Amino acid sequence: MLVLTRKKNESIILNDNIEITIVDVQGDQVRIGINAPKSVSIYRKEIFLEIQAENKKAADVKSVDLKNLLK
Amino acid sequence: MRLKTKHFDEIEIEEEKIIYFKDGIPGFEEIKKYIVLFDGDENSPFRWLQAVDDGQLAFAVADPFMIVNDYDIEIPQEVVDVLEIQSPVDVMILSILVVPEDLSKISMNLKAPIVINTKNKMGMQVVLDTDRYSVRHYIVEELRRREVNIGAGSHKKEE
Repeated sequence: MLVLTRKKNESIILNDNIEITIVDVQGDQVRIGINAPKSVSIYRKEIFLEIQAENKKAADVKSVDLKNLLK
Repeated sequence: MRLKTKHFDEIEIEEEKIIYFKDGIPGFEEIKKYIVLFDGDENSPFRWLQAVDDGQLAFAVADPFMIVNDYDIEIPQEVVDVLEIQSPVDVMILSILVVPEDLSKISMNLKAPIVINTKNKMGMQVVLDTDRYSVRHYIVEELRRREVNIGAGSHKKEE
């Protein structure tokens, strides 16, 4: 992992088209601004993992269960 | 084209009904093509989101507005742009269900609905930036109120 030090209002550029700016730092909270093409998906990681896990569970559905729901 | 599926045996897929998920959905990023199946009853809130790339992958989904009375979401502008949504009437919203063995624990993901532009057949799973809705909203109460018969009445309400 690359680790960089940045100050408030400083940015990093990824891949020519994604800019990540440190907007504010208050104690252990950092506000981050992201400028990226619309096609780039941006998620808070813990929420992304939660949705990924929920989708995996959902894919486990048995045929018979939904048949019951639909009757 | 014919597709052998987990829940419907072999079905005919009409190419023009295929919905393209450019990035797949979280956990299934490689699966890009899906089709919405109604299982006979178009008035039921339930549907299948059947993967076309993989017949064994299908999600039980539901129209959240038919189940949760006050479900109320705003589709972010980025999503409107990416899916090229021109009119609200073109939008189909579906919530993925988790259907466990114990049907009283059936839940739906209200925080990350599937948004489909029915006009150009593009879809994505959208993570709403809100704490109002959870990824695991239990719906047994709502189903009961709407008198949808789950499990032939043999499942007791969870107290």
